[in-house]
Amino acid sequence: MGAIYRREMGAFFTSGVAYVFLTVFFLLSGIFFYNGVILSGTTETSNMFGSMFIIVLFLIPILTMKLMSEEKKNRTDQGLLTAPVGLWSIVLGKYFSALTLFIIAESIVFVYSIILGYLGNIVWTTLLGNYFAMLFLGAGFIAIGIFVSSLTENQMASAVASMLVLFMLYLLDTFAANISNETLKKIVLSFSFYSKYIEFTRGVFSLPSVVFFISTAFLFNFFTVRVLDKRRWG
Amino acid sequence: MIEVKHLTKRYGDKQAVNDISFKVEKGEILGFLGPNGAGKSTTMNMLTGYISSTSGQILINGTDILEEPIKAKASIGYLPEIPPLYVDMTVDGYLGFVYDLKKCKLPRKAHLNDVCALCQLSNVRNRLIRNLSKGYKQRVGLAQALINNPPVLILDEPTVGLDPNQIIEIRTLIKKLGKSHTVILSSHILPEIQAVCDRIIIINKGVVAADGTADEIAKNITNEHKMTLRIEGDTHTAADKDKIVSAIRKIDGVKYVRADMEREKGIYDYDVEAEEKVDIRRALNQMCRENNWNILMLQLSDLTLEDIFLRITSSDIQVPRSDESSAPVIDLNVNEKGELVATEKQNGGQE
Repeated sequence: MGAIYRREMGAFFTSGVAYVFLTVFFLLSGIFFYNGVILSGTTETSNMFGSMFIIVLFLIPILTMKLMSEEKKNRTDQGLLTAPVGLWSIVLGKYFSALTLFIIAESIVFVYSIILGYLGNIVWTTLLGNYFAMLFLGAGFIAIGIFVSSLTENQMASAVASMLVLFMLYLLDTFAANISNETLKKIVLSFSFYSKYIEFTRGVFSLPSVVFFISTAFLFNFFTVRVLDKRRWG
Repeated sequence: MIEVKHLTKRYGDKQAVNDISFKVEKGEILGFLGPNGAGKSTTMNMLTGYISSTSGQILINGTDILEEPIKAKASIGYLPEIPPLYVDMTVDGYLGFVYDLKKCKLPRKAHLNDVCALCQLSNVRNRLIRNLSKGYKQRVGLAQALINNPPVLILDEPTVGLDPNQIIEIRTLIKKLGKSHTVILSSHILPEIQAVCDRIIIINKGVVAADGTADEIAKNITNEHKMTLRIEGDTHTAADKDKIVSAIRKIDGVKYVRADMEREKGIYDYDVEAEEKVDIRRALNQMCRENNWNILMLQLSDLTLEDIFLRITSSDIQVPRSDESSAPVIDLNVNEKGELVATEKQNGGQE
């Protein structure tokens, strides 16, 4: 797992994906920070984090698009799958490399908090709550992105499909609002990433939501492992 | 070392590999020979655990590749048909990655130096794989397989894309490795297999068509003796050719005669095949003396691996039988001199 993790981290930087991802992430979050926090004359960061959901949604597929699809296209998966490593090590090595880059990106909020510290008082618990909310969200989304990437050999197809899937998840709340049947509505909402995330940004720590995000990450990594396994039996 | 029992792979209803069994001992170099699409790569992919078999068993060092894949894979070095190279890495970076991936315990720097020296990569270690020539990429692929010094090496067409000098180098290297490793290599290049391998398995349409040394296979395939003759007739014209062919055909034990090209003016070569254990050379001499012909050359040609290969791989091609509809249609006409002329009419109205 370590070898694959280190290689993927290196590849993120040599291929330039890391720079694109970090630049766009810093730029957009900076705009949200400036507009939503500084210009509004507040140290309240929840709204900013709320808006970040959509950035995360569109940027994570860029991080994950190549991870499995390129291996298959370049036949480098043959090297990995015939090496004495398990499928979980392969998938998790890739997963944690993407997660690491995501953590580097979102840690920009600590820079923002230093700026805010000069301007007023920060509620650190809310800020940290928001930070971890985004971390859990990213953890779930990255697993979904890697799973989609394992289904195709084309990285562009992988990126577009993951964006679509994540966007549909975002729209779940809107769908749910139109459902009249209460039970069905509840079921649909229980899959909503957005409502769980927003709950966090408002400073509510909810263990079930944490479990939800982590289970999503586990489940989709498991699916990716199954895809790799199934390919051998095809 | 490697034991394969009744290995079968099906893709849907297409039978890619059908009930293959063989054994390879330590220190043996086994050549896998077959035309494209015969199932060589599929078999190798199963041996290395990249794909699973539909049925059958593969034991590497006594370990079942499907039951204990990690243990079995640890003793295999694999060079697939397309080397699994990350082209955005340097040679050193990539080999270091493979070293970590295989959880190699050998001293890192020394081992990587050894492998690079063995594959003659020492002067390109800091270059990006993307910028290397095909030959170098192939060598990086081979180096990757050699890392961690696995006792079993499986090489799928290792010399593809190399220039003749490099091919000889790689062959020498494989031969050297074969002394301490078990090597399976595949190729459709016959001289390569003949030059490197102790034993050959010819695989065709997913089944083992022959298994043994080149000589053994040749013996099993055929007991015939082939020779090439150059005979000088008395008239030095094409008419000699027919006379000589029919005369040779009359010799006892001759199975097959064919006139070949005109090698010298008015003198032709003849390919002759005799039956098992019949030496026709004396009878040939006798015949030539009687007809006042001269044998200018007599060359015995044993079956080459190429002949064997062609025979085996094309043996299931049925010779089309002529029935009424495909039989030539003959037109009979009387020409102006009053002679009967037969002309063959081709089917389909061609002239």
